[in-house]
Amino acid sequence: MTLIVKNLQVKHGAITAIDDLSFTINKGELVTIIGSNGAGKTTLLRALSGLLPISGGEMSWNGKSIVGVRAENLVRLGIVHVSEGKAVIPELTVSENLQLGGIWRKDKADIAAATAEVIELFPRLGERLSQGADSLSGGERQMLAIGRAIIARPELLLLDEPSLGLAPLIIEQIFQAIDALRHRLGLTVILVEQNAMSALRIADRGIIINLGKVVTSGTSEQLLNDSSLRAAYLGY
Amino acid sequence: MTIFFNTLLVGFSSGAIYSLMSLALVLVWRSTRVVNFAAAGQAILSTYIGYEAMKVLHNYWLSIPVALLAGALISAGVEAIVMRPLAKRSKGTPVEAIAPVIATLGILGLIRSGVGLIWGNSFLQYTSPLSSKGYTIGHTTIPFSPLNAAIVIGASVVLAIFAMIFRFTRLGLSLRAASFQPEISRLSGIRVDLIRTIGWAFAGAASAVAGALVTPTTYLSPNSLDLLLVSGFVAAVIGGLESLIGAVVGGLVLGIGFAFILQYIGTSVTFSAAFIILIIVLLLRPQGIFGVRRSREA
Repeated sequence: MTLIVKNLQVKHGAITAIDDLSFTINKGELVTIIGSNGAGKTTLLRALSGLLPISGGEMSWNGKSIVGVRAENLVRLGIVHVSEGKAVIPELTVSENLQLGGIWRKDKADIAAATAEVIELFPRLGERLSQGADSLSGGERQMLAIGRAIIARPELLLLDEPSLGLAPLIIEQIFQAIDALRHRLGLTVILVEQNAMSALRIADRGIIINLGKVVTSGTSEQLLNDSSLRAAYLGY
Repeated sequence: MTIFFNTLLVGFSSGAIYSLMSLALVLVWRSTRVVNFAAAGQAILSTYIGYEAMKVLHNYWLSIPVALLAGALISAGVEAIVMRPLAKRSKGTPVEAIAPVIATLGILGLIRSGVGLIWGNSFLQYTSPLSSKGYTIGHTTIPFSPLNAAIVIGASVVLAIFAMIFRFTRLGLSLRAASFQPEISRLSGIRVDLIRTIGWAFAGAASAVAGALVTPTTYLSPNSLDLLLVSGFVAAVIGGLESLIGAVVGGLVLGIGFAFILQYIGTSVTFSAAFIILIIVLLLRPQGIFGVRRSREA
């Protein structure tokens, strides 16, 4: 159960957004990818989840290449992407948004079990099932987006800036929930964040990228204690 | 008062047909952002197929499901063979928004001339067994006929089935999700390309039923559904283009509006009235009566 990315290159027209990027993520790890705006973090996740075509390199999941596999089929292989910006469908109800997570799955009993787990973890969603998702706060929408992903029973969860635009207290709750979920479900997680401090606190490892290349990587502890990195990339 | 009530009933009957056409246009608009002029062509082809089915089956009622199925297949074919490749090829080019609309005009012309080649341009009779003579209550005959009643019932049944599918099934949820947020839908495992084709198939089915129900009140020719297309567009705009409920209500509002204009002003202005209503609605409320976000739920 590993994700191997080797010499990955992704271009947006003439601009190379990801250049010769390589890393490996093992089963059960939570790895955070840190970098400033425009570092290529979102591009990397979109390439991994099949939303963007790659122009070079290799990506494999459990020993099989996932290059060219469509996003809707990667979900069936256990790779589930929660895209940037509270990825819910505001025109649908909370309940319908959750149903989307299991919409391709046959095992109705397990969908119900997964939904119950999500509601247990995020009770506020349970209280608002019949409301429109547009009535939720930013934090609740992020919970809904993560909840939907969990109902798909992911093995590899790709999270794109779950803290974006949220108040510090809510960010804390979201990160605690991610931490709890990954331990309870044995998830492998790639967490893309600008909020490096919070991310490193729950991550096993961090990979710092800049202009589409890996700057450095290491355990969360190493990265948090490296004073030159702190100044340059972690911003405190 | 009786005249008022009669006019309302007659308007309801034609409004039911406009609702179906309007629904067909809104379904396509919501799922692929295409203004589908070919809807009139697709409907005329499926109506001719229904006409042929009636000649074979000797039963008007059985010809309607045949037309419905044909309409769904024609529409799915148009989407999969022309519209989807065109959308992919024109993506990112300056003509991205307009190329599909022009393509639908091309398809409309093509189907019409094809139909003319096969069936000729003369007026054919695709008749229902029901009388178009109004019901007689006591000593007065009202303009609402058994045929009108069948139209209202037929359109209602189809609309109710559509509503159930959209509201209560996985397919319906996929259709709605894919039209609102294709990317989130793909990330949820929905095969958005396939779902769009199915959305077009539903639209084709709705316009096919509209064609099969309206034709017995007039005649069948390669251009006989053009006015229905215009009415469908007006109804869709009244309803706000995005909302399925809006499409149905828009159709009813238009049908009833037409009936009153016809009753109290005269036949000569009906067609221009459609355009006057269209422009007034666009100027006063461009998002339509139902064009607010909440209504997109349905």
